[in-house]
Amino acid sequence: MLDRIAGLGKAVLDSIAGAGQAMVMLLRALIGKPQLRKSWPLLMQQMYSVGVLSLIIIVVSGLFIGMVLGLQGYTILVDFGAEQSLGPMVALSLLRELGPVVTALLFAGRAGSALTAEIGLMKATEQLSSLEMMAVDPLRRVISPRFWAGFYSMPLLALIFSAVGIYGGYLVGVRWLGVDDGAFWSVMQANVEWGQDILNGIIKSLVFAFVVTWIALHKGYHCVPTSVGISRATTSTVVTASLAVLGLDFVLTALMFG
Amino acid sequence: MTSAQMDDLIVIENLDFAHSYGAHQVYKGLSLRIPRGKITAIMGPSGIGKTTLLRLIGGQLKPQRGTIEFAGYNIPELSRSHLYEQRKRMSMLFQSGALFTDMSVYDNIAFPLREHSKLSEEIIETIVLMKLEAVGLRGARHLMPAELSGGMARRAALARAIALDPELIMYDEPFAGQDPISMGVIVKLIKSLNNSLGLTSVVVTHDVAEVLTIADKVVIIADKKVVAEGSPEELKNSDDPLIHQFLSGEADGPVPFHYRAPSLAEEILGAQQGESHAG
Repeated sequence: MLDRIAGLGKAVLDSIAGAGQAMVMLLRALIGKPQLRKSWPLLMQQMYSVGVLSLIIIVVSGLFIGMVLGLQGYTILVDFGAEQSLGPMVALSLLRELGPVVTALLFAGRAGSALTAEIGLMKATEQLSSLEMMAVDPLRRVISPRFWAGFYSMPLLALIFSAVGIYGGYLVGVRWLGVDDGAFWSVMQANVEWGQDILNGIIKSLVFAFVVTWIALHKGYHCVPTSVGISRATTSTVVTASLAVLGLDFVLTALMFG
Repeated sequence: MTSAQMDDLIVIENLDFAHSYGAHQVYKGLSLRIPRGKITAIMGPSGIGKTTLLRLIGGQLKPQRGTIEFAGYNIPELSRSHLYEQRKRMSMLFQSGALFTDMSVYDNIAFPLREHSKLSEEIIETIVLMKLEAVGLRGARHLMPAELSGGMARRAALARAIALDPELIMYDEPFAGQDPISMGVIVKLIKSLNNSLGLTSVVVTHDVAEVLTIADKVVIIADKKVVAEGSPEELKNSDDPLIHQFLSGEADGPVPFHYRAPSLAEEILGAQQGESHAG
């Protein structure tokens, strides 16, 4: 019994220490005078591997989710003779919820796990240590460009996701099931607001980007540098980041639309 | 400062160190001097924390007690920026080579130059080619680290380690896992670089035969502190049983073959007794 209480206490202390480590890592990576000449090419390189390479999974998922939304929405709305509202239904679900959330989940699985594994391996193969011994701060050189790349690319990916999703809804609703073309777009335009819907979606996406990228980098940077350690850290990135996204989504939705 | 002290690049006094994650004490009261311009071999049984010692000198770990002076600076007390200044004067060859896997050999060696100097690309190219020539890999400059053999990777890493012309170079197990030919190449390189560049070299190893041929000073670490030091001849002629065991590679002796455990008889009989109780 006492062992269990002690174990619980240790788990709590460890998680607090982990959060502290993660905080210190982020602060040290981000604070300091920017060296644009050096950091710009690094950022571009990471934007490519984190953002551009995630495009395919984002576009394909967006298209299918939009198509499913169109199909499901139509079968419900048509019962009430309200199939003209398919446009705003698809657009609002994507912009407010599905775009930011599903993008963040896919991003955690596609880019977050890659970040954790890459940094974990750099640690295991002593590349991080050797950077330090060369008087190059690995936090500035490795962590910082990856963080900004994740932070900038996820909202863009979420917008692409929503746009493609709306097109998917249009394909199914208008082209296939015969909702009126003009009504689909004009009712959508009348009902979607810039501030309430689009901007809030972007804010959500920025929060998710911050959290997911941060978790992925922290898990990689502080992993146990063995093969088991790296595989655990990678799994933990996907699990922790996904749960954090879903939990935060509820909080943000309550604050924005509640 | 006396002349003896001036000849030592690194002076370690009374060092205590234990990893933060375990109660296991690595060093207790370790004192050590590394003479300037010489090759010092640090030897000891594996698991004794030889790599830890290099990390302490490099300031990657902080000791609980004691001083580590590098060229007069006490490394554990330096601020981050001062530590980075001093690190530009030292370099370390990691066991795995630790080449950056996303860059070619050329870019790996150019990396410290691009980070720390404002030299033009033409001059950097000249320096990189010179360093590659010194390790015999000028023809391999366009290869990626994954395309190199273990020995070549270590030589490429060595070229990177000397790119900024450091004063101190620390070798972490440079001979581990090398075939006899590349081992011979690395032994020769350590010696020739030390002499031609005026480096101070610290070689951490347990390959006794190789290192004794080139070392000017040998330090044996065991039981959390320095147990013997001197020139290779002095140690070879020593009649200390521990030194003898280590240099001749006997399996058992003052350093026991068995990890700490109760005797086999006790353990087996104890288990049998336990089983008979359970039965």
